[in-house]
Amino acid sequence: MSTKSLYQEVILDHNRKPRNYGTLEHASHKAVGHNPLCGDHLDITLQLKDDHINQIAFHGESCAICKASASMMTTAVKGKTRSDAETLIQEFREMTLGELDLESPHHLGRLTVFSGIRDLPTRVKCAILPWHTLHAALNDLTDVSTEATNDPVQNISENASDSV
Amino acid sequence: MAQNNVLAALHTSAEFDVERIRADFPILSIEVEGKPLVYLDNAASSQMPQQVIDRLVHYQTAQHANINRAVHYLSEVATDEYEKARHKIQQFVNAREQREIIFTSGTTDSINLVMHGYGRRFIQAGDEIILTTLEHHSNIVPWQMLAKEKGAVIRVVPINDAGELDIDAYEKLFNERTKFVGLIHVSNALGTINPVKQMIDYAHQHNVPVLIDGAQAAPHIPIDVQALDCDFYAFSAHKLCGPTGVGMLYGKASLLEAMQPFKGGGDMIASVTFEKTTYADIPHKFEAGTPPIAAVIGFGAAVDYLCSIGMDQIAAHETKLLHYATERINAIKGARILGTAAEKTAVISFVLDGVHPHDIGTILSQDGIAVRTGHHCAQPVMQRYNVPATSRASFAFYNDLSEVDVLIEGIQNVQKIFL
Ligand SMILES: Cc1ncc(COP(=O)(O)O)c(C=O)c1O
Repeated sequence: MSTKSLYQEVILDHNRKPRNYGTLEHASHKAVGHNPLCGDHLDITLQLKDDHINQIAFHGESCAICKASASMMTTAVKGKTRSDAETLIQEFREMTLGELDLESPHHLGRLTVFSGIRDLPTRVKCAILPWHTLHAALNDLTDVSTEATNDPVQNISENASDSV
Repeated sequence: MAQNNVLAALHTSAEFDVERIRADFPILSIEVEGKPLVYLDNAASSQMPQQVIDRLVHYQTAQHANINRAVHYLSEVATDEYEKARHKIQQFVNAREQREIIFTSGTTDSINLVMHGYGRRFIQAGDEIILTTLEHHSNIVPWQMLAKEKGAVIRVVPINDAGELDIDAYEKLFNERTKFVGLIHVSNALGTINPVKQMIDYAHQHNVPVLIDGAQAAPHIPIDVQALDCDFYAFSAHKLCGPTGVGMLYGKASLLEAMQPFKGGGDMIASVTFEKTTYADIPHKFEAGTPPIAAVIGFGAAVDYLCSIGMDQIAAHETKLLHYATERINAIKGARILGTAAEKTAVISFVLDGVHPHDIGTILSQDGIAVRTGHHCAQPVMQRYNVPATSRASFAFYNDLSEVDVLIEGIQNVQKIFL
């Protein structure tokens, strides 16, 4: 894959002007995600009401891939139910690992701009970090790391398949 | 006489032909994403010339057997070649004796050997170990483990904004509890060459032994352990055109003899009964088990290769690369070099305004350029500069000036994408 198609305008735009950037003061759920390999970290705060993600914000220090992924994730899950969000997390994860058939029905919409990341294994973690931080927030795990002994990405698949 | 020197100098500089050297490295002619490879990640690991590859093939094809064990022909050949490699390394660092060279699996292993063999025997509760901000994690973590086990204390030498050690502060750290100094010769993150000779002398005035982490020095500058008078010196083969999985530890014979073994097993014993084991003499005391024989012989061949070019020639060419690349990166608006020490090897760590190092690394890779992005296993250095990570271009003698131009174009392309 060419990086030209990864660093598309949508991704660059979300990196330049991240949506839902900041921290919610009255969050019902929150989590911090780390990627110790590059020192990147981000936190996610959200307000769950009647099982819907009413409000969500993210904040942190990261590369363009991670930041754009977080920004687009927040716009994608806002207003969704917890289980719809978990479905998206699962699908996004499968897509970045090259395990999702994009020809079959899925719910990712514009998030498929990240599909090319599957050819850059060292960058997959950058794209996934916001998603597993969201998963942690929804499941009241406050701290996740891409290098934890229990691979959090692995945990996503296990836990998410419970909830989907 | 003077004229002869000039002639000699002219003669040798004419001999440094980077094109001819590049032809020795098959990997340098591969393409990445349809572009010629521009390999600027030499501080992480360097490439291997055909001469070393051939040596490995020859060993594996015609000389392999286990060493030190049997009387048959191949075992004798392999043992002999293995010990010849030790002799080459001894000469390369100008150690007094061959038995002062111990083969390890790399710098990390060498440092751990000193921590276990020397540190655990001689360092007690309340003792102090001096390290520097520039250390690679491999010269921090083992000492932290020791400090935790023994109740010892780690003291850290700070750096200035240029990335140079504060020597006054270093000298002030010494007191009667100071028992060990661990010191990086050349910083892998910034390229700073530390004044190790001066620092070793100062430590010795206080009877404190010094370990030098030479992982980034041995590939780039001539090393003389007797002139330095260091107590231990460590480096890895894979950063100087040799194979991975092997490295060396130099130690003064008297210290090595006083140390306890690090690993127990075959080949490191004189005799074994269930009541008592007598250890072998150095260096074998520290080489338990079957070593990576092929890699050790390849290590010797790598050192031969470097010597055939000449470490002075290597250093001179790399300095040229450093100056040119520094000048060109400094001219890029929005780029900032971290580490501007007066004495540097050809390592350039930089940051770009508004672009994360990982994005730089991925986009440069698209242009065939290999740089390292991240914290370079030197998080204290990153903390000192208040950045999570940098991009690092690290040069070897087989890089040429045109590759600097490709790097500069690549950086400009990154800036265009992120405009
Ligand atoms: C300064 C320094 N010390 C130690 C090491 C560790 O070397 P190795 O991984 O070969 O043990 C490195 C290389 O990564 C280094 O640059």
